[in-house]
Amino acid sequence: MSTLLETAVKKICKKLDHDPTRLLDVAHAVQVKYRCVSDEAMDVIARELEIPRVTVESLVSFYAFLSKEKKGRVVIRLCDDVIDRMHGYARIRDAFCEELGIQLGETTPDGNITLERTACIGMSDQAPAALVNDVVVTRMNSDRVREIVRELREHMDPRQLVRTYGRGNNSHELVRSMVRNHIQTDGMVVLSPVNRGEALRKALSISPQEVIREVKTARLRGRGGAGFPCGMKWEFTRAAERDDKIVICNADEGEPGTFKDRVLLTEFPDRVFAGMTIAGYAIGADDGILYLRAEYTYLKAFLEDVLERRRRDGLLGKDVWGMGKGHFDIRIQMGAGAYVCGEETALISSCEGTRGDPKNRPPFPAQHGYLGRPTSVNNVETLCCVTKILEEGAAAFNQHGTQQSSGTKLLSISGDCRSPGVFEVPFGTTLKEVLGLCDGEDAIAVQVGGPSGRMVGPERFDGQICFDDLSTGGSIMVFGPGRDLLSVVHAFLGFFEEESCGYCTPCRVGNVLLREGIERVMAGRADPEDLEQFQALGKAMKAMSRCGLGQTSPNPVLTTLESFPGLYESRVAEDPDGYCRSFDLGEAVALAEELSGRTSAHAHAHADTETTTQREGT
Amino acid sequence: MAKPRIATTSLCGCFGCHMSLLDIDERILQLAEIVDFDRSPLDDIKHISRRCAVGLIEGGCANEENVEVLREFRRNCDVLVSVGDCATTGGLPALRNMVPLKECLEEAYVHGPSVHNPSGEVPNDEEIPLLLDQVYPAHEVVKIDYHLPGCPPSADTLWEALNALLGGKPLDLPYALIKYD
Repeated sequence: MSTLLETAVKKICKKLDHDPTRLLDVAHAVQVKYRCVSDEAMDVIARELEIPRVTVESLVSFYAFLSKEKKGRVVIRLCDDVIDRMHGYARIRDAFCEELGIQLGETTPDGNITLERTACIGMSDQAPAALVNDVVVTRMNSDRVREIVRELREHMDPRQLVRTYGRGNNSHELVRSMVRNHIQTDGMVVLSPVNRGEALRKALSISPQEVIREVKTARLRGRGGAGFPCGMKWEFTRAAERDDKIVICNADEGEPGTFKDRVLLTEFPDRVFAGMTIAGYAIGADDGILYLRAEYTYLKAFLEDVLERRRRDGLLGKDVWGMGKGHFDIRIQMGAGAYVCGEETALISSCEGTRGDPKNRPPFPAQHGYLGRPTSVNNVETLCCVTKILEEGAAAFNQHGTQQSSGTKLLSISGDCRSPGVFEVPFGTTLKEVLGLCDGEDAIAVQVGGPSGRMVGPERFDGQICFDDLSTGGSIMVFGPGRDLLSVVHAFLGFFEEESCGYCTPCRVGNVLLREGIERVMAGRADPEDLEQFQALGKAMKAMSRCGLGQTSPNPVLTTLESFPGLYESRVAEDPDGYCRSFDLGEAVALAEELSGRTSAHAHAHADTETTTQREGT
Repeated sequence: MAKPRIATTSLCGCFGCHMSLLDIDERILQLAEIVDFDRSPLDDIKHISRRCAVGLIEGGCANEENVEVLREFRRNCDVLVSVGDCATTGGLPALRNMVPLKECLEEAYVHGPSVHNPSGEVPNDEEIPLLLDQVYPAHEVVKIDYHLPGCPPSADTLWEALNALLGGKPLDLPYALIKYD
């Protein structure tokens, strides 16, 4: 046992009070210090936190940003989602591989630079993008890639790669990022100018019940995708038996193609935190957690600073309610790279320091959430709406939107349009209007709600963005003429396959079977029964997976089968003899031919003649 | 009117499903009255001679010959039934799918603890059909109309299934015949 490592890991554990519910933070700190969580380190962590070693190993193997193998001093994570692929991901990847002399997933021999791919990092409006350690690099081209590698070799400091800062708080001294906000519309509600402290003051001047009533009057529904009425969620949480209630803000914006929370956290953090504080007052909570995805680590120091200023100004911390009503404080919990953690029960698991496994419901988080405490998990945008509702009243909020879907929705638009970025539109806006706003009118298809949402064709462009029609957590991906939609479906399935936590067999296995099926269709080797099989399998996955990931992962296939049947029908055919077109005897015996040095008696040449003889004999 | 014809085969199986078919005991006389057997291990007819109403497939496809036989059945049978777990899923033989073919052969013929093979050669006579890269369930090679699970499906299951098929009734097995725990 290397004593140096032991001492350091012990110190990290001590800093977090040997608290097993902070295991994720311990592992992350070890990862940062040693560029891996080695077997030895896991032993020490397990001993120090008094937990089974397998718990540590299982956690390390779960999160993309933790690894048992040692990584380079600099880790370059290329964003490999559909939008980045459309904007030249392959060229960027090849340029990196060539310049570094390594393949994807490898580390340079000097141990300095690791090259990896990762799922969407929330920069689809400025693709192709990558994370270089915590630093976001956007809009790369192959020339820039070569420069990046050369510069890194010189100074090994990712921060120096940023030459110009984005506008607004992207150039704040605690952010210093080249990320651009791309706010494309004037703010109506969520993106309107902030009146700091006003909403909280008004909220505290009425009773918690009245706050909930105001939110209910505004008919506010959750903005993360599911659309659950926010006031009702708070009421359930407030009514739960235990007193130690808690608010969690879900800033694990992982749905590919979504980046609106990035903009809210950059430009409107006070509005987010005010929303959390108001939620805390309404449900009777003493504390809150902002769960921030690892990809947005570049915002952490800035957000900590915003929290500190709020504490200083009496908007957070001791006696924030005034009149000795109690206190409310917020801590930031960093994620570690896992899409499924955006699902609220998986997010709670992750906050508890374990693998981001979804939990069974019931019990619902409102009764039994984080560490068994009654928990209200709300989306970043929902909480911004809360602040606005308390600031200007439910009536003002209700002016926007429709009866069932009040207010506005932030859309993250990317893909084949001339103005990608963040748009605030009232609910009820049609997809056609949205395409007009982002200059993407010639779209042949739009993916609404990310991979877990649905693919919409031009005949449905008159559909409205709202909970009852085209529902979306914010992701809008535009596909222009010439795009191969099946390869988009294929990419989405690959994403779900990778991000499935593996607990439910229909999700773990089903996504693989669907992907293989789509590959058969793409290769022109599918049978018509395959399409029926997709439907049956998709239905089983939706019914038998316990969290939203498995329940929505067949959507890319199911929605394209519905909206774009031609994509499939043109590529499947029935074999006249009833053989499976996906099975090729020549391929299946090729290995044995090689090993034995013989040629197959059946696979080649005479297959046709045999068929004929046989038919004559019948 | 000519009796409907039945063909059966055991591909990569253990003949257990065929033994189960024989387990219908004296009902086999009844069966012989209503059907004629074409190609089958039971009568040793080597190739299907005439169009058959029903083909029963035991076992998955592990080698090129299995594929050829299965295709012959598909071309010549109106209804093809995967009988038993090997035809349906690949079964026990498919356990080798997790091991590369070369390693499988070497373990079986060269390095296995109970192997005595001084020459160290893997059998390679041209009469031996070449192995496929994996063991495939029947429905991944040809279109299969019905699957009868079980290892093996019980005699009663097979009897009920055949009666339904030959009588032109829908195949509706009682729960007790497809429950295995």
